[in-house]
Amino acid sequence: MTDQSTGGLPAEEQREAVSNGEAKTSAESLENLIDDSHSAAMFDPSKKPVLTVTDLKMHFPVKSSGLLRRTVGHVKAVDGVSFELREGQSLGLVGESGCGKSTTGRLITRLYDPTEGSIEFEGRDLAKLSQRQLKPRRRDIQMIFQDPYSSLNPRHTVGAIVGAPMVIHGTVPKKQVLKKVQELLEVVGLNPEHYNRYPNEFSGGQRQRIGIARSLALQPKVLVADEPVSALDVSIQAQVINLLQDIQKEFGIAFLFIAHDLAIVRHFSPEIAVMYLGKIVEIGDRESIYKNAHHPYTQALLSAVPDIKQAQTGGRRERIRLEGDVPSPVNPPSGCHFRTRCPIAKEICSVVEPPLLQIDQRHKVACHFASEVGHAPERPVTAPLLGVDEYGAPDPGASPAEIPGDGPGYADTWYDLANNTRGRA
Amino acid sequence: MWAYVVRRCLVGVALIMALTLITFALFFASPVDPARFACGKNCSAEQRDVTRAALGYDKPFVVQWAGYLKGLAVGRDFPLDAEQRAAAPDQVTHCAAPCLGYSHLDSKTVNEMVADALPITASLAIVALVMWLIGGVLFGILAAIHQGSLIDRGVVGGTLVIYAFPSFAIAVFLLQYVAVKWGIVPLPRYTEIADGGLWAWFSNLLLPALTLALLYLAGYVRMTRAFVLESLSEDYIRTAKAKGLKSRTVVFKHALRAALTPLVTMTGLDFASLLGGAIITERVFTYHGLGMLTVDANNSSDLAVLVGIVLLAGMIVIIANIVVDVLYAYIDPRVKVA
Amino acid sequence: MTSPSNSFDDGPFLVVDDLSVRFPTSDGVVSAVSNLSYEVELGKTLGIVGESGSGKSVSSMAILGLHDRRSTELSGSIRVGGDEILGKGEEAMRALRGNDVAMIFQDALAALHPYFRIGKQLTEAYLAHHPSASKRDAEKRAIEMLDRVGIPQPDMRFKDYPHQFSGGMRQRVMIAMALINDPKLVIADEPTTALDVTVQAQILDLLQDLQREFNSAIILITHDLGVVAEFADDVMVMYGGRAVEKGPAKDILVRPEMPYTWGLLSSIPDVEADTNAKLIPIAGNPPSLLNLPSGCSFHPRCPHTGKVPGNLCSTELPELLPARSGPTHFKRCHLADPEAVYREEVLPEIAPDLLEEDR
Repeated sequence: MTDQSTGGLPAEEQREAVSNGEAKTSAESLENLIDDSHSAAMFDPSKKPVLTVTDLKMHFPVKSSGLLRRTVGHVKAVDGVSFELREGQSLGLVGESGCGKSTTGRLITRLYDPTEGSIEFEGRDLAKLSQRQLKPRRRDIQMIFQDPYSSLNPRHTVGAIVGAPMVIHGTVPKKQVLKKVQELLEVVGLNPEHYNRYPNEFSGGQRQRIGIARSLALQPKVLVADEPVSALDVSIQAQVINLLQDIQKEFGIAFLFIAHDLAIVRHFSPEIAVMYLGKIVEIGDRESIYKNAHHPYTQALLSAVPDIKQAQTGGRRERIRLEGDVPSPVNPPSGCHFRTRCPIAKEICSVVEPPLLQIDQRHKVACHFASEVGHAPERPVTAPLLGVDEYGAPDPGASPAEIPGDGPGYADTWYDLANNTRGRA
Repeated sequence: MWAYVVRRCLVGVALIMALTLITFALFFASPVDPARFACGKNCSAEQRDVTRAALGYDKPFVVQWAGYLKGLAVGRDFPLDAEQRAAAPDQVTHCAAPCLGYSHLDSKTVNEMVADALPITASLAIVALVMWLIGGVLFGILAAIHQGSLIDRGVVGGTLVIYAFPSFAIAVFLLQYVAVKWGIVPLPRYTEIADGGLWAWFSNLLLPALTLALLYLAGYVRMTRAFVLESLSEDYIRTAKAKGLKSRTVVFKHALRAALTPLVTMTGLDFASLLGGAIITERVFTYHGLGMLTVDANNSSDLAVLVGIVLLAGMIVIIANIVVDVLYAYIDPRVKVA
Repeated sequence: MTSPSNSFDDGPFLVVDDLSVRFPTSDGVVSAVSNLSYEVELGKTLGIVGESGSGKSVSSMAILGLHDRRSTELSGSIRVGGDEILGKGEEAMRALRGNDVAMIFQDALAALHPYFRIGKQLTEAYLAHHPSASKRDAEKRAIEMLDRVGIPQPDMRFKDYPHQFSGGMRQRVMIAMALINDPKLVIADEPTTALDVTVQAQILDLLQDLQREFNSAIILITHDLGVVAEFADDVMVMYGGRAVEKGPAKDILVRPEMPYTWGLLSSIPDVEADTNAKLIPIAGNPPSLLNLPSGCSFHPRCPHTGKVPGNLCSTELPELLPARSGPTHFKRCHLADPEAVYREEVLPEIAPDLLEEDR
C-alpha cells in the first residue's frame, strides 16, 4: 500500500512539503506560519452566511407502555438551536454525549425531519421541503460520518462508494464517473489506482479518507463532519484534520464540525458553539470561548480536559468538578437546564430560562450569572432585560427589553456586562 | 408488560381470522366437491344435498366463513341446517367453542378427533424437544470450546452426516433394526401415562422422539456452537476471566447465558412447527397423532378435518410467537416489551 | 498455596523482563511484543502509550494470563510480587487474576455482562477468591465497594443491570469490581476513552483517590498524553511491539528524545496551546506486526533519518539507551543529539509559545 501522507495534496508534493518543513530553521518556519495551511483556522467576518439555522427543534415522541401507546412525552434532543454558518468557514459544535450535537447535524442534512424551526440555505427553508423536493438540494449539504468501519458498505468497491452520489444525482456522465472518482481519491491522498479495492483492504485513516472523498463527490457547499476523527489513532487524527483543512481551503466548503474533543474543535473551527441538553449555552469565536468563557458549563468542560503541560509540574491540575451526570432530556430541569450541576446557580435559575445573550462582538452566552471563573455577580445580569426580579418573579416595575443578539447571527450592539449597558463595535 | 401481551393477543386474533379466511378461500378453490367426499361412497344425489345442507356448503362463501368464526368463538351445533336439527334432535352434535368443524365421514367433531391425536403428538414433540435441546446444546458447547480441534471437527462432521440422512430413513432404521431385529427396546406403541405410568410412556416414545429430534439436532449443534463462539469473543467474557472465575463458570454461566437468548427463539418457533416432522415419524411408527390424522384426512379428502388442523397449527405458531417474545423480555433484561 | 504478595519484599511489585509475545498464524509470525522490559512499584503509576497494534494491551494480557495459550508463544519473564508467573498453570493464574492483579477495561457497557445484575457480577468476583465467604458477606462487600466508588444508593443500584447505569456510573462499577479483592496491581486499559471529559475527570479523580488509599500499583494504558501527564509517574511509549522511550512522565513529555514521541505530541492539538501551533501528523500508517520494518521500526515514518549517518536507521535496531535528561530516561533512537533537534525543529512548530516562555 502506498505511503499515505499528511493532507489533501498529491502524495508527492506532500512528502516534499513535510520534509521541507522539517528542514527549515525556526526563524524560517515562523515566517512560514502565515501561509502555512495547518495551523488553526481563522475567523473571517467578511464572509456571508451560507446556512442560517433558526430555532431548530427535534422532539422525539416517547410512547406509553399502555394498551393504546399514547405519546406521553418528548425527548427534546434539540430544543431551539440557532446559528449561522459562513461561506467556507467552520462552526464547531461541542458538548457531551446526549447534548444533541449529532442530532443537529442530522437535522441539517435532513436525515431527520425537524419538529420546528428553519434551516435556510440559498434562500430556501430546507426544513419545510418534502423528501422529493429535497433530493436536488441534498448534493449541497453532505456528511462525513464518525465510524469509517460501519459507514462504508464492505461489499462495494471504493470506486462504487465514491461514485454512487454522482450516479444517483446524475451530475457526471456515466463514462466520466471513474475519472472523477480517481481525481477525488487523489485529492484525499489515496492512490487513484485503488478504486477497485474493497474497504477492508484499507486502514481506519484511509477509510475515513474514502468517506471524505464520497462526501466531496457532489461538490457540496456545506459539509457536516460528525466526529470525523474520534475513531482514529492519534497519529492518524492529525492527518485527517489537516486533509479537511486543505479541502476547506481548496473548495471553499463551510463545515459544521461536530466533536467532543475540545482541543480538536478549537484547532479546526474559529467559531464554536457549546451545547448542553439540546440547547446552545455559549457560542462565540475561539478567543471568547477558550480564553474568556462566561458560561459555567463551558468553563467546567475546558477545565476537565487533561493537559499535557501538566507534566511540567506533575499531579492533577486544579479543576472545576462537575458532580453527577447529564439529566434526562425527557424531563430536563426547569429554568436553566444546567442548574442541577452548576456551581453558581441561584434561585432565579430554576424559575427563568436564561436567554442566549450577546455580550461581546462575537460572543453569546445563556447564563443568568455570566462571568469569568470566580467572578460570578451577586445579582443576575439578565433580570433587567427579562423584566423579572433577582429571584425570577415578574417585576411589575420593569418591562422586558429586547434581548441583544436574539437571532442566528451576531448583532451590532450587545449587552456590556461590565457596565450593564449596551455596547457597540 | 400485560398491555403488551394483550396487544399481541389482539393482533393474534386478527391473524387467526385472516388465517381462516385464507384457508377457506383455498379450500373453496379446490376442484373437489366437499359434500361428495363428506357423504362418502355410494352417495345418492339427494343424500349429497342433505349433507351439503348439514355442513352448510350450500351457503355463500362469506356466510360459511362467518359461521366458522362463530363456531370458533361460541361453538355451534351440527348439522348446521336448522330443519335437519329439528327433524332429528337425537343426531344433533354440539361442538363447543373453539369449534374447529365437524367431520361427516367420521361423524365426529374435529375437536374430538384432535383431542384424541394431540396428546400423542404433544408427547412426541416434548420428548423430542428435550432430546434435541440437551444434545444440541451439549455438543454445541463441546465443539465451541474446542474450536478447531479434532473434537470440534468430529462434532461438526457428525452433524453433516445426520443432515444427509432423510428423516424416514432414520425412522425405518431405528424401527427395523434397533426395535425389531436387535430388540434393544420393545416395539414402540403409544401408552398414556394414565395407563402405564411415566416410564412406559417415555420408553415407548424413545425411538419416534429420537427420529424427530435428530431432524433438529444437527441444526441446534451448529447454532449453539456459533452462538457460544460469538459470546466467547465478547468483552464481558474477558472480564469474567479477568475476575478469576473458573473456566467452567465462564463457559456454562456467562457464555451460555448469552447464547441462550437466540436459542430460545429458535426453539419456540421450531416447536410450534413440528407438525411437518411429525407426519413422517408418526407414519413410520404408526402413532395416531396429528400427523397421521392429517395424512388420513388428506387421503379421504376430509376437508373439515384439514381446515381444522391447518387452523390449529396456525394458532400454535401464533401463540408460540407471543410466548417467545414475552420470554425474551425475561431472558434479556435490556429488552423492554411495551 | 502461597499468595505472591506474602513472599514479596521490597522492590518493584511487577517486573517484566525481556518479554516477547508472538502469535504464529498461517500468514507468518505476528510479533506483538518484542523484548519488553519494565517495572512498576506499589503506589506508582506507569502510563503505557501507543497506538492500536503497538502491543500496549497484549503485554498486559500476558500478565493476567489471558492470552490464548494454544496460539501464543511467550518468552522472557514476568514477576508479580517476586513470583515468576510465566509458565504457571491455568489454575495458579486463575488464583492470581482478579485477586492480586485486576483489570479495568475500556468500554464498561461491553465489558459487563448484559444479562446479570451488577450485584451478582460483583459478588461473583469476590466469591471467586473468597470461597469460604458467605453470600451475605459478599453482598455486603459489594455494596461497600459500590459506595466507595461513589455510586449513590448502592444497596438499591446493586440490583440493577448494567444498561440501567450511565456511562460514568458503569465505569465506576467496573472499578468497584476490579478493586473488590484489594489487588496490588491494577491494569487500566483505556479506562476513560469512552467517556465524556467531565466524566473522565471524575473517574481519574476516583482512581487517584483509590490508589492513595490502597497503595496499589497501576498500569494505565492510554493514547491520551494529557491523561498520562496528569496521572502517571512513569511513561513508556510503545511502537511496533517495542518500548521506544520510557522514563519519568516529566522527562518524556517535556524533553522527549524519540521522533515517534515527538510525532505523538505534534499530532494532537492542545486546548491551551498557541493557536499558531500546527498539527504535524506522523506520515504513513502504523507498521504491520507480521512484517516489521528492518532496523528501527519507525524509520519509514521518521522525518529525521537523514540526520543519521549511513542508513543505520533502516539496518540496525537502536538499543534502548539512557537519554540526556536523566539516568532513568531511556530512548531507542540513532540520532546523535535528539534534544537539539527537538528544541530547534519540532518545538517551534508545535508550541511556539513554549519556546518563548523558555527564553
